[in-house]
Amino acid sequence: MTSLANATNPEPTRRDFLYIATGAAVTVGAAFAAWPFIDQMNPSSAVLAMASIEVDLAAIQPGQQVIFKWRGHPLFVRRRTPKEIAAARAVSVSSLVDGLARNGNLKDNAPASDENRVIKPEWLVLVGVCTHLGCIPTVSTPQSPQGSFGGWLCHCHGSEYDTAGRIRKGPAPQNLAVPPYAFTGPTKIKIG
Amino acid sequence: MAGHSSYVPGSGLTRWLDQRLPIIRLVNDSFVSFPTPRNLNFWYTFGGVLTFMLAIQIVTGIVLAMHYVPNADMAFSSVEQRIMREVNYGWLIRYLHSNGASMFFLAVYIHMFRGLYYGSYKSPREILWILGVFIYLLMVMTAFFGYVLPWGQMSFWGATVITSLFSALDQLVPHLGTSITTWLWGGFAVDDATLNRFFSLHYLMPFVIAGVLGLHIWALHVPGNNNPLGIDVKGPQDMVPFHPYYTVKDGFFLVLFIIVFLSFVFYAPNFFGNPDNYIQANPMVTPTDIVPEWYLLPFYAMLRSVPQKLLGVLVMGGALVSLLFLPWLDTSKVRSCRFRPLMKQLFWIFAADCVLLGYCGSQTADAVWTVAGIALPLVWIARLGTLFYFAFFWVLMPWIGKIEVTRPLPESIAQSVLGERS
Amino acid sequence: MRKFLPLLAVFAILSASAGMAQSTSEPLPPKEMKWSFDGIFGTYDRGALQRGFQVYKEVCSACHSLNMVAFHDLAGAGGPGFTELQTKAIAAGYKIPAEPNDRGEITDDKGNRLTRPGVLADHFPQPFPNEQAARANNGGALPPDLSLIIKARNGGPDYVYSIITGFGQTPPHGFAVMTGKYYNPYFAGRNISMPPPLTKGSVTFSDGTPATVSNEAKAVVTFLAWASEPQLEARHRIGFEVLAFLVLLAGLLFLAYRKVWHDKH
Repeated sequence: MTSLANATNPEPTRRDFLYIATGAAVTVGAAFAAWPFIDQMNPSSAVLAMASIEVDLAAIQPGQQVIFKWRGHPLFVRRRTPKEIAAARAVSVSSLVDGLARNGNLKDNAPASDENRVIKPEWLVLVGVCTHLGCIPTVSTPQSPQGSFGGWLCHCHGSEYDTAGRIRKGPAPQNLAVPPYAFTGPTKIKIG
Repeated sequence: MAGHSSYVPGSGLTRWLDQRLPIIRLVNDSFVSFPTPRNLNFWYTFGGVLTFMLAIQIVTGIVLAMHYVPNADMAFSSVEQRIMREVNYGWLIRYLHSNGASMFFLAVYIHMFRGLYYGSYKSPREILWILGVFIYLLMVMTAFFGYVLPWGQMSFWGATVITSLFSALDQLVPHLGTSITTWLWGGFAVDDATLNRFFSLHYLMPFVIAGVLGLHIWALHVPGNNNPLGIDVKGPQDMVPFHPYYTVKDGFFLVLFIIVFLSFVFYAPNFFGNPDNYIQANPMVTPTDIVPEWYLLPFYAMLRSVPQKLLGVLVMGGALVSLLFLPWLDTSKVRSCRFRPLMKQLFWIFAADCVLLGYCGSQTADAVWTVAGIALPLVWIARLGTLFYFAFFWVLMPWIGKIEVTRPLPESIAQSVLGERS
Repeated sequence: MRKFLPLLAVFAILSASAGMAQSTSEPLPPKEMKWSFDGIFGTYDRGALQRGFQVYKEVCSACHSLNMVAFHDLAGAGGPGFTELQTKAIAAGYKIPAEPNDRGEITDDKGNRLTRPGVLADHFPQPFPNEQAARANNGGALPPDLSLIIKARNGGPDYVYSIITGFGQTPPHGFAVMTGKYYNPYFAGRNISMPPPLTKGSVTFSDGTPATVSNEAKAVVTFLAWASEPQLEARHRIGFEVLAFLVLLAGLLFLAYRKVWHDKH
């Protein structure tokens, strides 16, 4: 048949150009048509509306931690005492298990100094998910100390975090993540 | 015609595959080199359109199922809030699916009427026709289950009316009908249990349709396609390979069909629908008019035209079942209505009758049609229409075949196609 | 094709002669209106949407909920076009039922529901906590949610406009208006439970548009049309692009079809 003859003919004729153009148009159309089916699996507008939250910190006492929910995870907000801040600043970054700040507000290579873990030193905001396998660490208080660094202890496999949320002992490889956030008022922050 | 395969594997890899699973050979023999009559017209493109629409419904349906919640409290808002407003392009996928169902039925009715007109149901294609009727019945069931899922007022009350029909069996065997209805509902009325099982069945049935579709295409490929002249092919001069002749023809008309389809999706997405289905289902409030979707209206009219419940169900079911007997009810030796002057006129009257029945089904039960000052209750029009429907299959077709004087048939397809152009 | 004329004729005759017995309780057909969102190139008039939102907020929301619309929708494309800051302020002005406090309570000492200011993610709050409260406050009638009202009524925007501007007419002689209801000739049965919602000057439009009943009604109907179909503008725009492409593709396929069949016809 003529179409088979053309398939083996190496020189594209005007007829072949039409077929190529049509085939290309169909392919392009199919690609544009496929996009909505792929995009529908991306987070919906309802999910994205919850991607940012604003929290009021005014009621939190020094030494107290409050847990909020952010993007489906627990969010630790801890109002540090001067003692806790000093303890965090006394540690040299080179002695840390994980030397990077893991702070969403800073560059990836920022070192894990206490200054790089906060915006205002009194307020420590962390994603409350252990960087080992995802359990929620328990906060250490003077009444109920958890771990030996005054921060958090993850009961699943024994990871211990200090008063800046940095990993000090145990299987977790990274410091607790600091989410991107900003102060919108003296005691109000917006996360995400 | 099924015959010798002309496929020759082009490379070592394809030769290796062909010896183990000759799937490329199957595709080649069925859709590339398949000899097809050269005179197939526009009406023959709807089989391809239907396959495309089945794929569209399955793809859009699977995507919708990623967001839909089949629970009576959440179904309506999962559609109208989550899918239509929150999911990226959710509105588009939903409108594709709902309008796709209407276009699917539009195409299947054209496809069925084409088969009726050209005698494609006659020997040796009886099984092909019967499989087609099965696909149609599966489509009706799928559409019925699917319409319930948004859980609007029409979803709920349409489900209530149609499932309640089974209680008519109480007249045959006491308590049988009510037991069946309770079993269907999973309760004492259409409720959450019903919705969940309808969702499961709605997801399942399109794949059953796909399976029967495979048999349908197989049954077609054994004798090969019929053609508008209704005469058998005499030899290779009557045929062309399916590719590129019918791939390009089907492709062109498919794009025209898609243009019509998308015109509805983008510019009149609620044209086929009913506003009452934008109201959440309320078991305590019945809508003023319960109507099914347009493609079920003729059968709805037949059901309502019979005052007795069980008889009405039997009449409606009988109308569908009558289709299965068509190959044997038509006694004519000639296939195509092109050469059957009496049957051709009856065909168009039958088509008008279906439209008339559909119109009756869309109106209220007590509607009246006033012509030249005379009041004609539509229920009587529907009764006449139903009578004609059955007479067409069971009386007229057998009789016409015997008495009709048919036109002389052409010698061959090639002679008919090429001779006219010389 | 000639063959279709009989079918079309049947349909045309049926449509033309199907008559309805006119009685005094049959509703009037809706007034025919022109809307900015009509037709294939229709869009929402931004000013009308903002004025309509104001009418909804100040008049309708006392009884009618708008469950499916979230505050952040007000800032979205194809909508009233408020900025994110404006939308946040609008949201914060609403009292949203709060989660239980630390003592597990949801009401204060006086029994009032505890509330918090709205955020973008919240939906418009309901005027009544449940259906029974809504009915009790409205003479036994349930004011419907308005999120889909334009799509949920035959006649759509024309119908809703006719209803809210159709009050104040004298009932025909002998027509009985039921107690507690109002005469509205556009409503089925002509007895409607809703009192006339709009009067001249019900709201004061900040853009200076005169607050006639007609303008208020047009604005709120436009707003409700958007609430029912927030994706209309995107739908029309994408539709044009898609159909234009398909027409071109059809042209290419037609040429290919002719070329393939050239020697076979």
